[in-house]
Amino acid sequence: MVEPDRLIRLAHTRPTLTQHPPVRIADLYLQRGGQYILRDITANLGLSDVTAIMGPNGAGKTQLLRLIAGLGQPDSGTIKFAWPDAPEKHRIALVFQRPVLLRRSALANLTHALAQYGVTRTRRTARAMELLDFGGLTDRANIPARALSGGEQQRLTLVRALGAAPDLLLLDEPTSNLDPRSTAAIEALIQRATAQGVRVILVTHDIGQARRLAKDILFLQDGQVAEHSPAPQFFDTPTSAQAAAYLRGELYL
Amino acid sequence: MQDFTAAFRAALDLVFRMDADLMEIVGLSLLVSGAAVTLACVIGFPLGAALGAGRFAGRMPLLVLVNAAMGLPPVVVGLTLYLLLSRAGPLGPLDLLYTPTAMILAQTVLVTPIVAAITAQIVADLSEEYRDLFATMGMRRTAQAATLMWDGRFALTTAVLAGAGRALAEVGAVVIVGGNIDHVTRVMTTAIALETSRGALELALGLGLILLTLSLGINAALMGVRAAARRLSDG
Ligand SMILES: Nc1ncnc2c1ncn2[C@@H]1O[C@H](COP(=O)(O)OP(=O)(O)OP(=O)(O)O)[C@@H](O)[C@H]1O
Ligand SMILES: [Mg+2]
Repeated sequence: MVEPDRLIRLAHTRPTLTQHPPVRIADLYLQRGGQYILRDITANLGLSDVTAIMGPNGAGKTQLLRLIAGLGQPDSGTIKFAWPDAPEKHRIALVFQRPVLLRRSALANLTHALAQYGVTRTRRTARAMELLDFGGLTDRANIPARALSGGEQQRLTLVRALGAAPDLLLLDEPTSNLDPRSTAAIEALIQRATAQGVRVILVTHDIGQARRLAKDILFLQDGQVAEHSPAPQFFDTPTSAQAAAYLRGELYL
Repeated sequence: MQDFTAAFRAALDLVFRMDADLMEIVGLSLLVSGAAVTLACVIGFPLGAALGAGRFAGRMPLLVLVNAAMGLPPVVVGLTLYLLLSRAGPLGPLDLLYTPTAMILAQTVLVTPIVAAITAQIVADLSEEYRDLFATMGMRRTAQAATLMWDGRFALTTAVLAGAGRALAEVGAVVIVGGNIDHVTRVMTTAIALETSRGALELALGLGLILLTLSLGINAALMGVRAAARRLSDG
């Protein structure tokens, strides 16, 4: 279980982060197909090492994550980033809900990504093998990436994102196709990354996972923030009727 | 019918004896079309990549133009090039008319739109699929194009082979700018047309058989490459 005062302690150990939340979203609106699919979103994210975005299907979680990653522009509102050590230079990596892999081997997908991230040619293969090892994919190195199983593809896209050495890692349901053992492996990976200072924003439907990993939960429904609470409070005494219904396995309409 | 059977036998005989005249004609055909396809790729790959994934003013009109040019009538290309290359034409001083070089130029004009248009289609489809990934990786346009071309490499052989098929089979352009001169500019298609009209069926038939075999070979290669591509990229 997450310690109740963890958020507060974090605030003490990283004062600059509290004063300057890494991701500040203000008055955000996004329109698609003549409808607002994100409305009036204001939230400070990345204050804790793992923020979970939860909410029913179609709530707008993926669209919000895409905007944070810089894929597309909101119709109005702003997303601002601030890193205490490197306010201008920060790296965001996004792992898509549906894996996008090049038509090459698993290894070649990683060396390609590392090349884009500026890793020198001589160090790419070794680093890629490290990443494959990280993802438990060493024996899959030379298999065409698109021939890998769904879970293996998800692991590959996650380690590819880690190859970017990101400050902020955005994960869209990274374990939705994984067996329990792989899920545990990915969660361990996420924790290892956060231990190194990476901030993670995680979209998940897995309540157990959110309890295990997240320190705060942003709950979306119908494109709006229904609740943004520290994890213990969110799971034990949710303040919004929507989140309460979602946690009970019902849909609040 | 009797005539035809005899001619067919004689044709097979020519082919299996590897008759010198016949081989010279086949050799020149392969040289001219091979050079034309190579040039068409040098122009058509980058052009197609730009049309498929680039963002610049005039992209759509150019794409329409290139697609339309896939169906250029060879005789019209031949005639245009003839006017340009003939003594009185602007390129007359180059003295290229009735040379293999002129034939290569003509076929390059015919094949380039095919290579470019097919490349554009392949690159556009891949680019659609990879767009978000490229964006999150912050890739430059040139790096994107290189990635798209490499990932499309098997599909792109379709463009090459389609171009080769067109080049080897066309007669209208090469006969006008080449002139079907024996030992100089005579290729398979022009020889077939001429020999048939002269009633020399055996050479025409022999060449026809080789042409057909080449075209079958190209198609077999095409299918082989596609199967390999599927194995390697999609599993
Ligand atoms: N181009 C579009 N036109 C119309 N509606 C769109 C478009 N793109 C997205 N939407 C809608 O926006 C809503 C939010 O989509 P989004 O993918 O963000 O949901 P999500 O919260 O990630 O859901 P899930 O849990 O199923 O992944 C959905 O109802 C979707 O249908
Ligand atoms: Mg989603």
